[in-house]
Amino acid sequence: MNKIFLIIKREYLVRVKKKSFIIMTLLAPVLLAGLILIPAWIMTREDSNEKRIAVVGEGAVLFAGTIPSTKSIKFDYLIDVNPEEIKMNFEEQGYYGVLFISPKVAYIPNAVQLFSHKQPTLETTMHISNSIEKEIERKKLESYDIKDLDKILKEIESTVNVQTILITDEGAEKKTSTGLSMGIAYISGLLIYMLTFIFGAQVMRGVIEEKTSRIVEVLISSVKPFQLMMGKILGIAMVGLTQFFLWIILTLIIVGYAQSTFLPDIKSTPENPIVQNIMSADVTPVESTQTPMPDLNEFQSILISMKSMNWLLIIGSFIVYFLGGYLLYASLFAAVGSAVDNETDTQQFMIPITVPLLLGLFVSMGAFQNPDSSLVFWCSLIPFTSPMVMMARIPFGVPYWELASSMALLFLFFMGTTWLAAKIYRTGILMYGKKPTYKEIFKWIRYKNY
Amino acid sequence: MGYFEARNIVKKFTNHLALDNVSITVPKGSIYGLLGPNGAGKTTLLRIINQITAPDTGELMLKGKKMKADDLSSIGYLPEERGLYKKMKVGEQALYLARLKGLSKQDALKRLKDWFKKFELEPWWDKKVEELSKGMQQKVQFIITILHEPKLLIFDEPFSGFDPINTSLLKKEIIKLQNKGTTIIFSTHDMGSVEELCDHITLINNSRTILEGSVDEIRNYYASNRFEIRFDGEINLLTASLSHSYKIIDNKKVNGQNQITVDLMDNTTTNDVLSILLQAGKVVAFNKVIPGMNEIFIKAVNDAKKE
Repeated sequence: MNKIFLIIKREYLVRVKKKSFIIMTLLAPVLLAGLILIPAWIMTREDSNEKRIAVVGEGAVLFAGTIPSTKSIKFDYLIDVNPEEIKMNFEEQGYYGVLFISPKVAYIPNAVQLFSHKQPTLETTMHISNSIEKEIERKKLESYDIKDLDKILKEIESTVNVQTILITDEGAEKKTSTGLSMGIAYISGLLIYMLTFIFGAQVMRGVIEEKTSRIVEVLISSVKPFQLMMGKILGIAMVGLTQFFLWIILTLIIVGYAQSTFLPDIKSTPENPIVQNIMSADVTPVESTQTPMPDLNEFQSILISMKSMNWLLIIGSFIVYFLGGYLLYASLFAAVGSAVDNETDTQQFMIPITVPLLLGLFVSMGAFQNPDSSLVFWCSLIPFTSPMVMMARIPFGVPYWELASSMALLFLFFMGTTWLAAKIYRTGILMYGKKPTYKEIFKWIRYKNY
Repeated sequence: MGYFEARNIVKKFTNHLALDNVSITVPKGSIYGLLGPNGAGKTTLLRIINQITAPDTGELMLKGKKMKADDLSSIGYLPEERGLYKKMKVGEQALYLARLKGLSKQDALKRLKDWFKKFELEPWWDKKVEELSKGMQQKVQFIITILHEPKLLIFDEPFSGFDPINTSLLKKEIIKLQNKGTTIIFSTHDMGSVEELCDHITLINNSRTILEGSVDEIRNYYASNRFEIRFDGEINLLTASLSHSYKIIDNKKVNGQNQITVDLMDNTTTNDVLSILLQAGKVVAFNKVIPGMNEIFIKAVNDAKKE
């Protein structure tokens, strides 16, 4: 048994020492951190860039002062200029754009026109149309001569946010964010698919390398083919786990560092929740807050609900399903590698592996829209698709018995595929020359070997 | 009883019988040659001995006892299809393979250093295998095979790919190992090395044993009453007097001397030939022609075909 550890060690060290491993390990967190930080960075950047818009035409009088200036956009109402003239030279006068408002704005389309050299953002046009709509509404209401109109309007003004709160089986309540759950479901399903494929293909390539370099017969005169196969599979599993943990740690370090240096604004949000929560995997549910939080925007609410996510469960299950799924498929990849002489011959035998993997990916992509459908339920139990589909279900809450039986089935099937693959492998690695057919491979399973 | 025995081995693959009731008995301390044309079943037999594949029926005995999985640690196997990890460093790889054979790290390192010195491989310790010539790679493989000092060594085509210098180096080492008491089985097509090294052989053709025994016995068995004579003197006179009672096979000049090959008749002896020769001139050499393994190989295989 000592020998299998020697094999695991070699497979692990050879891969970890490779330049491509080091580059991938360092580069991926930078990309991931960039994905988190760049939108935040863009948000803070916009504020410093002030745009001025000239409001001209007859409407400028009518709507004078009705469009409020924001942090990034200022409105100047120019009553005594020639609209056609300023349209020609507004940039020289320091304006970002020119806004025409026709007095018949309430009756005709295209009554409001914004001229600019660059495409204005959606935020800008929405702001303008909302403000003008509001003003028109106010004017119309005014025409009814209602007493204390301003006061009434103030009173009826209201904003509505839908807050989603999950009640767990134990009766505790957790604030959640549907967007966040979807994000986690999407990312973990995709990640499991990708990692299974990347590391499974590494197993296959490793087997082919041993076969084409003809070292395999030297090796199996000292170790059993099964030890050789399992040593390779487990060694590469360790490489995968190492890379996964390094990615998490490096991403947290980069995000944490970048936040504290470049984005002090975000840091001031309640106790830096992303980093703290993932780091400590804090699972205490947030006390059910019935008191409304008035200025809670979408971003902040995601941050708050990040706190309430069961990170321990998600990361724990991710590791279990990554390992289970990888082990299930890796032995099949090894069997394919053993049957062929070079990588181009693998295509034909890859189909039985890629089809269930792809099916799992597609179902998991649908799972976060309808996590309780029966297709999703069954696919999250069937071992060939369960790693991806169950990971997509977990953020929405899964009963523990389903989770347990899905994991148990996965490991049962892993042993089954490994047993089968080992039988193909031990014969395949000694066969050179012509590419075998499926029929021949089935015959290998019945050969008597040690 | 031999040191190692394979008894009545039968192995069937999908469409053909690879070994049909093959038995070999290898005496302790001998060098045993496994001969046969390509595809005869030699490699299959060697794989069975190394427990890489299992026979359908038949058994393997080591020192009179049934062979177990543990016995592999006392066997060294150099397969015909051999290679190394190309991207791995030579020393690192040799150490890894030695440790898979069950050697401790210290032992393996010490022995490897000695052997690398002996085979002049020391400067290559930290180089990648792909930088080595094929001959050097073969040397490394040979070292790995014998490093754990197995009692039974199995070589499948050990000399293929070696230049003459390295072949003779390898032969010397094989003989040294035999002198230390190691039992050696090897398969080869090179009949020269069989005559040079082997004590016993088995010739396998079409999955069956067609010839078996000690090399000397086999060669004497195949030897006919054929003699090679060199002499100084008048050739025509000699051939005239010999042709009455002997069959002249060949008649040529070698290095200025006449050389005649004759077959003796059943009722004549060597002395009868010599008496004629003495009258005809000066005899330089008189040898019984013993066939080389090469001829025996071809003859045996062709005879087997006819049957």
